[in-house]
Amino acid sequence: MYYGKKFGNFPTLALLAIAAALSFLAAACGNQGNSGKGAPLERSSAPPAVVDPATAGSVSGVVRLDGPVPPARKIIMSGDAACAPADQEPPVSQEVVADAQGNLSNVVIYVKGGIGNFSFAIPKTPVEINQRGCLYSPHVAAAMAGQTVTFHNADKTIHNIHPQPKNNPSWNRSQSPGAPAIEESFSREEIAIPVMCNVHPWMRSYLAVFNHPYFAVSGAGGVFEIRNLPPGNYTLEAWHEKYGTMRQSLVISAKEAAKVSVVFRSDAGVGR
Amino acid sequence: MPATYHHGLHRYSLVLLACTFLLLIAGALVTSNDAALAVPDWPLSYGTLTPPMVGGIFYEHSHRVIAAAIGFLMILLAVWTWRAESRRWVRWLSLAALGAVILQGVLGGLTVLLNLHYGMPIAHACLAQIFFGAIMGMALFTSRWWISEQPAIPDSGSPSIHTFALVNAAAVFLQVILGAGFRHKSMPIWPHIIGAFVVAATITWTALTLRHRFGNVREMKLARILINAVFGLQFMLGVAAWASRLMTVDAPQPLPAVVALTVIHTVTGALTFACSLLVVMLCYRMVPRSREAALAPARTGAAIS
Repeated sequence: MYYGKKFGNFPTLALLAIAAALSFLAAACGNQGNSGKGAPLERSSAPPAVVDPATAGSVSGVVRLDGPVPPARKIIMSGDAACAPADQEPPVSQEVVADAQGNLSNVVIYVKGGIGNFSFAIPKTPVEINQRGCLYSPHVAAAMAGQTVTFHNADKTIHNIHPQPKNNPSWNRSQSPGAPAIEESFSREEIAIPVMCNVHPWMRSYLAVFNHPYFAVSGAGGVFEIRNLPPGNYTLEAWHEKYGTMRQSLVISAKEAAKVSVVFRSDAGVGR
Repeated sequence: MPATYHHGLHRYSLVLLACTFLLLIAGALVTSNDAALAVPDWPLSYGTLTPPMVGGIFYEHSHRVIAAAIGFLMILLAVWTWRAESRRWVRWLSLAALGAVILQGVLGGLTVLLNLHYGMPIAHACLAQIFFGAIMGMALFTSRWWISEQPAIPDSGSPSIHTFALVNAAAVFLQVILGAGFRHKSMPIWPHIIGAFVVAATITWTALTLRHRFGNVREMKLARILINAVFGLQFMLGVAAWASRLMTVDAPQPLPAVVALTVIHTVTGALTFACSLLVVMLCYRMVPRSREAALAPARTGAAIS
């Protein structure tokens, strides 16, 4: 017996397969992107007050890494000759920047809770982020919601700037060599938004956005300072891209200059 | 009217199949190099057809160029099939494949313009595998073997081999979706790991059934060996790709070993899905379903030119 039928019901099967594929596409489309749902700023119904500089205090300190500092990893920039001359030492990753004493840079320190019903003006000075040598400078930055963030390209190659927020609308813009600065702002609090360049996949920075001005990024030596903080009981939080978040209580009296120490453990990596 | 074998059409389908495989590699390279958004605009790249081919732009723009070429080749295949092929369902399949490649291009554009949101990268990745399967089908259906008379092999078992083959293909496609979901950071790894064991079970089950019921049929034996071999390779590649990711989690950029392993794992996934479809096609071609066997004792078919 021979069976030479022309694949009789295969069209039916093909239709079923197409229907399944369309169902899948519809399901996939249900996975919404960043719709911009952000944590609203907690405010009471009373009119907002202004911080009294006569009683305001400050908090400062040093961020330290407890444990061995991981070796910096070299970046291979061979994909774009304009990024780094071949005769120079390759740059290293800025994921963990700490000095010999373990003082940790690029940590965002901020007041997490306890802020009363105050109004804060959005700074008019933009936060500047440069692209130089196919690296972001600074590697970690912070801004107030609504504050202008300016991206510059000092390189002789093209970059794309692609923030990947969860609570703010995402965007992706290219910037050619010599092109004007790109000015953007983020309207909702978010800690922290990864910003990357897909042309140069090693390029990654972070931008933390706050509803208030009580934040800082630790600089060289792990030093930071938050000023003009009204007296009160607060929660102070610190965020690092590799080591996650640390939290501690903070009490500020009138005109007090509090000192704190923030310590991350080097075995507490959260990864990416 | 009996189907006629067109040597040129079959060869052309095979060439398109090979080109589509290259496109799968190019697409996988884009994802593995984090380059999907290296070109923010679409359909042009930086407003031109010839952007600077540096860094991620090289991968993304190359993918677009190869995809455009495949689209053009697919138009030719659809026109050729429509003109030369007497089987209506094959003509419609070629048209469906053309529609799929057009939709795939639109999905690719939306992936870029919507900044990888709304599940577009997953849909784009999965439709690529459906398109690859469709072209494999075109190559098979236009082959001399398919058109020539084949012995009708009775299947007395229950469930039928068709059910086994379809369930297996569905499981493999589900695993493709789970893999794409993980690869595009929309879901964790564990559903994909569970899926790997489910697919291992369905492929083993299908292969054992093929062996038990059609152990002496050469085509079935070849298909069984092929799907087992490809899936075995794919399973090992999956373990290696995952291990390479874990070992380089602190690397500042995608490293060549990770890129190579993830790309090979992705395209071998496409081959696994294509093999599962091949088993479905062979079963429908060679094994009459119970109601067909009752209807016609013998059906012959094809003129070979």
